[in-house]
Amino acid sequence: MKDAILEQVTENYYDVLKEIGNIGAGNAMTALSQMLQCKVDMKVPQVRLLEFSEVGEMMGGEEQIMAGVFLGVEGDITGSMMFMVEENSARHLIQKITMGMLPEGQEFDEMGLSAMQEVGNIITGAYLNSLSTLTNLTVFPTPPAVTVDMAGAILSVPAIQFGIYGDKILLIQSQFYDEVKLDGYFILIPDLESYEKILTALGLSMTV
Amino acid sequence: MSEIIKVGIADLKTCISPNAVMTLGLGSCVGIAIRDPMNKIGGLVHIMLPDSKAITVGQHNLAKFADTGIEELVKQMERLGARRARMVAKIAGGATMFNFKGGGTTTSVGQVGDRNAEAARAKLKELRIPILAQDTGANYGRTVVFYPETGEYHIRAVGRPEKTI
Repeated sequence: MKDAILEQVTENYYDVLKEIGNIGAGNAMTALSQMLQCKVDMKVPQVRLLEFSEVGEMMGGEEQIMAGVFLGVEGDITGSMMFMVEENSARHLIQKITMGMLPEGQEFDEMGLSAMQEVGNIITGAYLNSLSTLTNLTVFPTPPAVTVDMAGAILSVPAIQFGIYGDKILLIQSQFYDEVKLDGYFILIPDLESYEKILTALGLSMTV
Repeated sequence: MSEIIKVGIADLKTCISPNAVMTLGLGSCVGIAIRDPMNKIGGLVHIMLPDSKAITVGQHNLAKFADTGIEELVKQMERLGARRARMVAKIAGGATMFNFKGGGTTTSVGQVGDRNAEAARAKLKELRIPILAQDTGANYGRTVVFYPETGEYHIRAVGRPEKTI
């Protein structure tokens, strides 16, 4: 019986995160477009609840090189958040932000990575803003950290956080275009206590 | 005709030489490879969290935790004919993928790699399985392949030469 209730709550929870994901990703793209000072088109984000093993596959394999920006979330809602883009998309974004100042192939040196960190900061900030607006709760991002590595290795960080209460991970894939097609992924990971707050703030009850 | 068997995240597989076991993109997770050198039975478990006892709700996957994962791998190898007394282990992974200066949630997230590696070492010690070599910590991901034939554990990382422990 207790298990069934938990499952029910978890389902509710994912639905809510899905909705927040949709709106958040939209806002994030608007922010990106302002930052790049060009039009950025976006497809409707795909929100998926995946088994851990499926996530790496979806991003093009566990060894696909990606840039990941990871930050903590504080305030009424606590937890963490990640934004990931595939290697070539990351290089493209870094070139745009630095206005071609970096020689080709050096996008992932110190200066490039700090530009990537800024992109991640703005995108996740916009995303968290919509979460805050929707729930009327305070949400503060902590300064982000960035890395370029294998998708599987980067994903181990949110997977471990989700792993504390399940075997699945909620992933929001948003495909966007400026001149080229870019694939970005958002992963929001509220702490267990925060999800009750999110549900309550949205008028959904935890008790069945 | 040898085969390399893939182990997913929070997963474990056994094999017999000439087959090998591999797992891709270990980050803060730890890959524990165990072998019985006598009959060349081997196995690999890709754990995500240190301790199954710290988590109370709805956990069925033994391979997810260092304690239950290693125990289950040893059990499955024994079923194939391996002997606990002969087993030896090598471990890799447990990286800190992101470095944070701040406190709060991000700090505990950052340290999970170290805690995973520590939990793996503790469990192996408890089972009296000696650790012959290890490559843990640092800040980068690792792909690993384990060959029970030789006991070689091959480790690949982005932008680094491949190494064998």
